[in-house]
Amino acid sequence: MTEQALNNQGHMQNIVDDWSNDKQAYHVPWGKLMMWIFLISDTFIFSCFLVGYMNVRMSATEPWPYPSEVFALELFGQNIPLILIAIMTFILITSSGTMALAVRYAHFRDRKKIAILMLITALFGLSFVGMQAFEWTKLISEGVRPWANPFGAHQFGSIFFMVTGFHGLHVSIGVIYLSIVAFKVNRGDYDKKDNYEIVEITGLYWHFVDLVWVFIFAFFYLW
Amino acid sequence: MTYIPIADQPNELHDPHTFISKYVWSQDHKVIAIQYGSTAIFVGLIALVLSALMRLQLGYPDTFSFIDPADYYQFVTMHGMIMVIYLLTALFLGGFGNYLIPLQIGARDMVFPYLNMLSYWFYLLSVIILLASFFVPGGPTGAGWTLYPPQAILRGTPGADMGIMLMLASLAVFVVAFTMGGLNYVTTVLQARTNGMTLMRMPLSVWGIFVATILGLFAFPALFVSAIMMTFDKLLGTSFFMPAIQSLGETLNTAGGSPVLFQHLFWFFGHPEVYIVALPAFGLVSDVLSCHARKNIFGYRLMVWAIIIIGALSFIVWAHHMYVSGMNPYFGFFFAFTTLIIAVPTAIKVYNWVLTLWEGNIRLTVPMLFAIGFIFTFIHGGLTGIFLGNVTVDLPLSDTYFVVAHFHMVMGVSPVLVLYAALYHWYPKITGKMFNVTLGKIHFWATFLGTYAIYLPMHYLGFLGVPRRYYAMGNTDFIPDSAQALNANITQAAIFVGIMQLVFIFNVIWSLKYGKKSDPNPWDATSLEWQTPDNPPVHGNWGEKLPVVYRWAYEYSVPGAKDDFVPQSIAPEDVEMLEGEGKYVDRSEEH
Repeated sequence: MTEQALNNQGHMQNIVDDWSNDKQAYHVPWGKLMMWIFLISDTFIFSCFLVGYMNVRMSATEPWPYPSEVFALELFGQNIPLILIAIMTFILITSSGTMALAVRYAHFRDRKKIAILMLITALFGLSFVGMQAFEWTKLISEGVRPWANPFGAHQFGSIFFMVTGFHGLHVSIGVIYLSIVAFKVNRGDYDKKDNYEIVEITGLYWHFVDLVWVFIFAFFYLW
Repeated sequence: MTYIPIADQPNELHDPHTFISKYVWSQDHKVIAIQYGSTAIFVGLIALVLSALMRLQLGYPDTFSFIDPADYYQFVTMHGMIMVIYLLTALFLGGFGNYLIPLQIGARDMVFPYLNMLSYWFYLLSVIILLASFFVPGGPTGAGWTLYPPQAILRGTPGADMGIMLMLASLAVFVVAFTMGGLNYVTTVLQARTNGMTLMRMPLSVWGIFVATILGLFAFPALFVSAIMMTFDKLLGTSFFMPAIQSLGETLNTAGGSPVLFQHLFWFFGHPEVYIVALPAFGLVSDVLSCHARKNIFGYRLMVWAIIIIGALSFIVWAHHMYVSGMNPYFGFFFAFTTLIIAVPTAIKVYNWVLTLWEGNIRLTVPMLFAIGFIFTFIHGGLTGIFLGNVTVDLPLSDTYFVVAHFHMVMGVSPVLVLYAALYHWYPKITGKMFNVTLGKIHFWATFLGTYAIYLPMHYLGFLGVPRRYYAMGNTDFIPDSAQALNANITQAAIFVGIMQLVFIFNVIWSLKYGKKSDPNPWDATSLEWQTPDNPPVHGNWGEKLPVVYRWAYEYSVPGAKDDFVPQSIAPEDVEMLEGEGKYVDRSEEH
């Protein structure tokens, strides 16, 4: 059926037809659908982590440390709360922007621009992981451990390292994933079949990692 | 851009040439299914032996010196975990899911064959890690299959050092394996159906496996997370699940953790897990019943919706496993309510199975015997579930043999009977050989009657208040001597049933070599997998051209047709009719 014919039907009828269609519900490429389902599944993992976090925060017997004090940084002789995490969040959200641009250029098959934008995204991601390593080092040097915490409840260190570590792992995997795809785009691998879906699929993953960070940021640093 | 349906797009199929790429590192869904199936049955046999050892101890305490209390707990734990996860989940989804999805929806393979292959190898890795725990110092974990902390990781519990670590690692790897397979199943069902195969024409097997896979993708994350957190509690000394504890006279360096959090996470996985096993069983048994009763499945649409509704409800009932864990009573009310609501769609399914048999032309083949047996055991297990779903009834019955009996009837025996029905039903398609019918019938009657001999008395033990998971009862006032006699009888029945499973194994292996060559469609079934050009189907499944689907999979006993069934892939004008019967009228969409 041509798109023209599809447009001639009523809108509701299209939806009904699509879902009862013999082939596929909507024109979703296999890879993209799979990434979506994976991300929903991954959402459940992060949700369980965050629910676990809320629960241990309630069950902890010692007082929970104040995030604005724990995550403060000494800059130019002044103690600025949450400054590092603000920069990290800004960088990660910016990287979502560059990723979106890469997807846009994928529609135009502009290999060079796609590759550069994806590499920039990867570099943003790398700097995020780097700053996270710095933040970890600072906390560890202050004596915070998964099993101990000089500022209050044990569970603060445990859950913080576990969840930000799990997210950092996602970012690191994303950086590798982005670099590989950028390299292949530049080499022209996807011109053979003129299929640049992979850029969008990578983008989905990256935006997801970014979105998850927003929740982690809110729950760990602002609460 | 013109609309090119995906199934018609030129399909680049991986093309295996060597023995290794065909049968070992195979990407063919059928080979992967057989690999999954045989591995699952192999570990299942180990779990069967463990249950026999447990029964020996329970039936004849103080007789077997090689079973000490620690061993007993390890047997209990490993038996439960292997049966639920590594046998049932893997065989239904990895085995039958892999085999049936592409064949029943008319696809050439799963959409991501390479990922599918990885899924099996990760599963095998998880099995190896699990079995390795038998050989480490301290042995496998003996914490009970629910692995409740803090006792699971404290000294004094068998396997609290290495065993529990390997168990958690194995579970995490299993979740990864399942995710890789599950993404494939869902995407394949949604996107790779052949021409004419609408969602509402899919056989119920595919529906069951499809919804169960979605449940798995949403529920296994909770298990994954709880496994990670408990690993940290053990390895790093965190206190996620560990309150302040005095253990063996020393004060541990833990405080402020929440053991109930683990229970919530575990059962948020654990209850959907019941339906991850049950829904594929519902689907498979529907197809078997309809085919061997020569009658369309009663209420197809309602069957589909019941599967979906059961799947959705299964996510909001988990805390009915925790009535005695110390919850707000209002939670108990909520979870009892949702639990009992599940009985409605489940009862719809049971009524529909029975109504499918009603006035059917029942052929009592071996798969049909198992399918009918399933209806019996499932009704029994389901009814006791209504007892346990109520908070006030559950409290006295909790942690008694009543729970063991309920659980084994509804989630042990019932899915296993369906597995046997399905294995016998599809055996001719998978191997191209017919199994030995006499051995199959002996296997059925021994298994079916044997399970009643095992589990019916257990209900009574439960009412007496005999607690489960006890190594030996000793001299307890409220347990009469007759209970011990009953225990010995149960053990005899259990050993008998266990040994009779070897008849099945023998039948499968013997028929592979000496069985008669089977018809491509020995049961006169309508669904697509029986219409393949080769038997057993070869790589790529369909030869040159994909099949086209014209109707649902339940067109049996068609009035006036030459054969009494019309396969899904026969065009209406090609249906052969008896003389003087006029033309074939397709009424399948009326259902």
